[in-house]
Amino acid sequence: MRSKVSKMISDKSKLGFYLLLAPLVLWLVVLIILPHIGLFFVSISEKVGVRQYETGLGNYAVFFNEPLYWRTFARTAIMSISTTVLTLILGFPIAYYIAKMTRGRTKTTLFLMCLIPFWVSELVRTFGWMILLRETGIVSNALQYIGLTAGPVEFLYNDAAIMVGLVYTSILFMIVPLVTTLDSLDDSMIEAGYDLGGNGVSILREIIIPHAMPGIVSGCIVVFMLSLGNYLTPILLGGKDSLWFTGLIYTQFITRFNWELGSAFGFLLLALSSGIVFVGLKLSRQTLTETMGR
Amino acid sequence: MIPTVPQSNALKWSYRAYVTLFFVYLALPLSVVCAFAFNDSVFPSLPWEGFTMDWFFGTEAPYIGVFHERSILRSIGTSAFVAIWVAGMAVTVGTCNAFLFVRYDFRGKGVLYILMLLPLIIPGVILGISILVFSSSVANTLEDATGLWFDGLRPGLILVILGQFSFITTFATLVISARLQKFDLSLEEAALNLGATKWGAVRQVTLPFLLPAIIGAGVVSILMSFENFNTTLMLVGSDSPLTIAMFDKLKHGSTPVLNAVSLLLIIGSAALGLMSLLFQKRRE
Repeated sequence: MRSKVSKMISDKSKLGFYLLLAPLVLWLVVLIILPHIGLFFVSISEKVGVRQYETGLGNYAVFFNEPLYWRTFARTAIMSISTTVLTLILGFPIAYYIAKMTRGRTKTTLFLMCLIPFWVSELVRTFGWMILLRETGIVSNALQYIGLTAGPVEFLYNDAAIMVGLVYTSILFMIVPLVTTLDSLDDSMIEAGYDLGGNGVSILREIIIPHAMPGIVSGCIVVFMLSLGNYLTPILLGGKDSLWFTGLIYTQFITRFNWELGSAFGFLLLALSSGIVFVGLKLSRQTLTETMGR
Repeated sequence: MIPTVPQSNALKWSYRAYVTLFFVYLALPLSVVCAFAFNDSVFPSLPWEGFTMDWFFGTEAPYIGVFHERSILRSIGTSAFVAIWVAGMAVTVGTCNAFLFVRYDFRGKGVLYILMLLPLIIPGVILGISILVFSSSVANTLEDATGLWFDGLRPGLILVILGQFSFITTFATLVISARLQKFDLSLEEAALNLGATKWGAVRQVTLPFLLPAIIGAGVVSILMSFENFNTTLMLVGSDSPLTIAMFDKLKHGSTPVLNAVSLLLIIGSAALGLMSLLFQKRRE
């Protein structure tokens, strides 16, 4: 009798387990795993006639043979890396100031002031930069007003404008993890560094940066990914020649309706971003679970 | 450099100046967007032509305000519809996931957890095209086999909802799991000892404890859904959500009505975000 009851209970909890497992598996299989397998298969199929396809690496060959494609790919990667570095350099002092130089209410307020712009749509933020930087915009008018330039200046539609926009869009994702890790660094460690004769630079190098490393890595990974996968900022702030790889993917899919080539592009972008994430994690000896699963 | 260790004044002040400059940089784009919502001119740029509220309430062309611009009102409705579905689904699945990962040990848990995190590192555009390709091939196969039409699998609101759900669920899962981990299991055991059923204990003890996280995750999901662009762009059909509609207007140049929408968006999302923070803080 008793064993029957306990068996019933365990059957029931088994049922509960499967009921909880089902939505997770359904979500991951139907929306993540199968679509990416499908994307891969489309990327290795070549169109030979109406609704006739052959398996082959032709789409990837097109990518490597057409300079416009692989140059845009390299350009996107390099500019994303520069954005990441710039964001780290600009964001680190801010994160340090919030974590170590302020207390209590000031700290909360500063942190909130960092957060608010990022609850707003990226589109609105980019729109703001367009108003500031365009020929009839605020910056151009301000420069004319103080007499630095004679006529209107166009700051929009070039790579510098893209960088400004990308840094602005992603800097929060650098600051938040940095503040979290720097918060956990005990002030007495820094004091001990000074007591032992260290100066600002050596303490930064020997104590603060090693301690902040997990935050630096996760911030860099997120910022790099956001820049690489960005579409809005490069399209709206960049000029005719400032192509971005996501823009090429969009063109192949929506304008040219060449899904096979578009899928190959998508897979290359996915490979690059996963590759960089993997290398970043390996170099810093961290795992995805502890970096992302916060 | 910490407050307890003395530093030269020049260094201290230049540090403060940098921090101040940074916050000016943060606030500048949003401030100009808001300011030009009140400019009495058909272009959102200088010169300043005077103060007007027409971009909110105006009815005569070209001064058609947000509240009378049909296309924008409709796209706000579309966005709200998508956001509510996405948030509802993401929070439901996220809660199940939280219970699964916090309460159960099973084979393959580590692998599933990593798979669950993957949507965070897949660029939104790729997520969009992969779902587009997959659903279209399913639709083609089904249509060839049955001769019926499967419009739900073609670009449109259903795919937009599924696409956003596919990565927002990860955020919901993380937020709710974090709170469930802090839950004291003995509370649930006490309820069981007092004669509650397993489900009754979860419903009356555990879920109320999780409520702040569930509401927080819901608000974050709504915000993320409202402002999502990359995934939505690839899956959108004829009904455009707000970000897509604004993007189209922005590309072709537009009147300050866009500034007015943006101002409303800024107020709305800041209020929602602050509310969720306050709510979580009070519960703790």
